[in-house]
Amino acid sequence: MLHTAFHLGLTVGRTATPEAVQFWILAPLAVIAALGILVVKKAVHSALLMAWVMVTLAIFYIAQDALFLGIVQIVVYTGAVMMLFLFILMLVGVDSSESFVENLKGQRIPAIIAALGLGGLIASLVGRATVAGPAVGLTAANADGNVQGLAKLLFTQYVWAFEVVSALLITAALGAMVLAHSQKVRSPFAQRDLSIARFRKSSLGDAAGLPASGVYARHNAVDVPALLPDGSPAPTSVSQTLRARGDIISSSSFALESIEEQED
Amino acid sequence: MTTTALIGQDPGWLILVKGLFIFVFCVVCTLMAVWGERRIVARMQMRLGPNRVGKFGLLQALADGVKLALKEDLIPAAADKVVFIIAPIISATTCFMAFAVIPFTGKVTLFGHKTAMQLTDLPVSVLYILAIASIGVYGIVLAGWSSGSTYPLLGGLRSSAQVISYEVAMGLSLVAVFIYSGSMSTSEIVAAQHQWWFSVILFPSFAIYVISMVGETNRAPFDLAEAEGELVGGFHTEYSSLKFALFFLAEYVNIVAVSALATTLFMGGYHALPGLTFTESWLGGWFTLFWFVGKVVAFFFLFVWLRGTLPRLRYDQFMKFGWKVLIPTSLIWILVLATLRVMSQRAVSRMVVLGFSIGVVLLVVLVTTLYDRSTAKAKAAAVLPELPLPSFPVPALPGQSIPGESSVSQIEMVPELESHNG
Repeated sequence: MLHTAFHLGLTVGRTATPEAVQFWILAPLAVIAALGILVVKKAVHSALLMAWVMVTLAIFYIAQDALFLGIVQIVVYTGAVMMLFLFILMLVGVDSSESFVENLKGQRIPAIIAALGLGGLIASLVGRATVAGPAVGLTAANADGNVQGLAKLLFTQYVWAFEVVSALLITAALGAMVLAHSQKVRSPFAQRDLSIARFRKSSLGDAAGLPASGVYARHNAVDVPALLPDGSPAPTSVSQTLRARGDIISSSSFALESIEEQED
Repeated sequence: MTTTALIGQDPGWLILVKGLFIFVFCVVCTLMAVWGERRIVARMQMRLGPNRVGKFGLLQALADGVKLALKEDLIPAAADKVVFIIAPIISATTCFMAFAVIPFTGKVTLFGHKTAMQLTDLPVSVLYILAIASIGVYGIVLAGWSSGSTYPLLGGLRSSAQVISYEVAMGLSLVAVFIYSGSMSTSEIVAAQHQWWFSVILFPSFAIYVISMVGETNRAPFDLAEAEGELVGGFHTEYSSLKFALFFLAEYVNIVAVSALATTLFMGGYHALPGLTFTESWLGGWFTLFWFVGKVVAFFFLFVWLRGTLPRLRYDQFMKFGWKVLIPTSLIWILVLATLRVMSQRAVSRMVVLGFSIGVVLLVVLVTTLYDRSTAKAKAAAVLPELPLPSFPVPALPGQSIPGESSVSQIEMVPELESHNG
């Protein structure tokens, strides 16, 4: 990203005006969003800002004639990778904010070293692009068309690198599947099996489903047991979860007063 | 001159006019689509459908839109306000963007300028549409998350999983088109179909595309993201007023967009039906717009027909279908197709090509029969668990015996009854 930004910035005098205008509008927004990733509290907001940075990067690529790369950047990174991130974040919790507890002890120092290394790499790339004289440029690379030029390189010069990377990715995917896989001992107990089991019981009392809560009480919320014909509460009419939590109101508290008491 | 070169010469004002045309086209299509869908579904269910507002009820969608806009705009207390507002905007803007690369007509004259009704053309137009579609999903996912309640969240998650899965199948079905047309630009793909439509020569791809386009737009029978019976309204449960209207608009514009893409890639785009090619020069080329819209309407009718006919799939069946049927099928099809393509380029003799094709067909038949047999066997082998039979709380019918009870008592009862009657 820095590379692109620097390159664009340095050559802005030579680029066409629309591209320069587009750069000076989008680049500050991209930088603000990139800083925002670190600053905002909610993880989903970070992910969104990340997606925004990726889309602006794609626009920069397209503005620099790397049409295919720009579109693929959106399809792969914004559309698939970021979406999966978002997916996980949403599953983890609707409002989970970033915690500052260090899960992996002693990861800060390697992380700082890695960040410095990456910074050095980017600096050397920018240096090579600016000091080493004028670049060949995408016009030469795109001589036979952007997609065709890319395809030619991918399937001739870089075909081994391409295949090795794909093998690596497949291995990673297989590894993830093996790690996440759990052997099922029996087939899942589905709706159909439950239904059959209900009818195979010695008593058919529950065959048509459990009694609804609070049917005979004066209060019909889910936390009040229904009353059986003899006036006792039906234990199966309320959820076991509510019972375990102790969130159940006794149905007797809603019972009608006896006639003698009412007359008094 | 190619279409790309032709539209490259457009002056700025003409580009603006085309942009406006696309916007108006999409909005009018949405209004007509809502009315059309309700009328057609009503017809299929032996009802009349909306017929009060305007002639044939044509203005019903407009009236509903005005009513929707005047409703109270609610934002739930638990919602993430910024994202809640951004989500429908993302949905409603991205759905229009796909139309930028759709060729509506062939060469036409517009205000004295020779051009084609296509806003722009990229060498990777079709990939651009896929990219835009994948950004459009953000609208749905974020709407689900930002609402701050369970049903929308589930709807958003379902829809993102669904769209990602079916986008893979859709992308694979497009590969065959790229191989045969040798391009990813929409105008060149249309030009490559001047003789044979790709829906004919690449029929498996066409079938896979049509199935996955229904999955991609969250429409029945794949409308699991907004399954009324399970998730209330799915991702847009908490939305009201104009924000809901934006989602509604996005859904219908998306339907038109995938239909337009299907028309462009598989049905010859703006070209006339076979045998009617002489009509393409009528009205100075503008008659091709009629063919284009006609094909899009046909696809829209298919959407409505599916909705009126098929029940909704169960979620796991739907995902299984996407990953275990559509994707492997398209992979095998691409492999076969690429082999055939190389054979024809190398000028291999007809007999070899024929032998290869027959071999593939036989192999497919063999594998499917074996699979069917093994599943049938597995089904036959599955035994229900042995549980004690229940005693029924109802009296047995004449001639029926209740398991566990002695049938003797039944027989004894019968003469007793008879003696009472006598």
